[in-house]
Amino acid sequence: MIAGISIYEIFTLTSILFFIGIYGFITRKNLISILISLELILNASAINFVVINKYLYPDVLQGVFFSIFIIAVAAAETALAVAIIINLYRQISSVEVKDTEIMKY
Amino acid sequence: MIVSAIASVTSRQMLRSVIYLLFVLIGVAGIYFLIDYNFLAAVQLTVYAGGIIVLVIFSVLLVHHIEMELEMAKLSKKLLTGLVCLIGLGVFLSVIYSTNFTVVENSKTTDVSDIGMGLLSYEAGGFILPFEVISILLLAAMIGAIIIGKGDKLTKNDDTL
Repeated sequence: MIAGISIYEIFTLTSILFFIGIYGFITRKNLISILISLELILNASAINFVVINKYLYPDVLQGVFFSIFIIAVAAAETALAVAIIINLYRQISSVEVKDTEIMKY
Repeated sequence: MIVSAIASVTSRQMLRSVIYLLFVLIGVAGIYFLIDYNFLAAVQLTVYAGGIIVLVIFSVLLVHHIEMELEMAKLSKKLLTGLVCLIGLGVFLSVIYSTNFTVVENSKTTDVSDIGMGLLSYEAGGFILPFEVISILLLAAMIGAIIIGKGDKLTKNDDTL
């Protein structure tokens, strides 16, 4: 555990990070921006796993494993999403693809 | 870190918001370093700051012009979303601060070998099955990304053959 920093302060930090991610997820109108907000949300949850593991149950390592899995899934998801975005841009390149509404076509 | 996070969801230029995200991710790695999970911090730095950021910057450069400014949502929608997020944050914080956590005082350092043994052990509490599943998932995602990325050309080639 970090000397002098309580678990409440870290939880406050991760909650703020999580809701910033949700705010960006809803307000941005760009696919890549939405991807960035998604990364923020995933990171906040991964920090929570690790911190709960370290502060409350220091003898086991389950939180670390789960956050490694979160990182791996996020990497796979980002690669797929970038491929989809680029393919979408190539197919409708006559239209400036900025809005998610264009995905309806 | 929070300032960078806010900047990364409100910045109007795409590339800048990606760089702010990079700062946030480095800050997260710093937290991992502070609580003595060095392996996790290294993984965070290499996978996120090294891999994902480069991928996202790559797609930004391919898809957008750098100078282009983004369309933003309407002000009323922004205010509504901010309000909802603040309410949710209030609920989260009230629940967190009303819960009593029994914090265990410790200063353990975790070796990489502990993580490896835990990931690959067959016994109860071992994570061998999710480990294999995640590797298959990564392989499938990579193949899928390649297929999607050049799916157009592949089908054209099939037509000509």
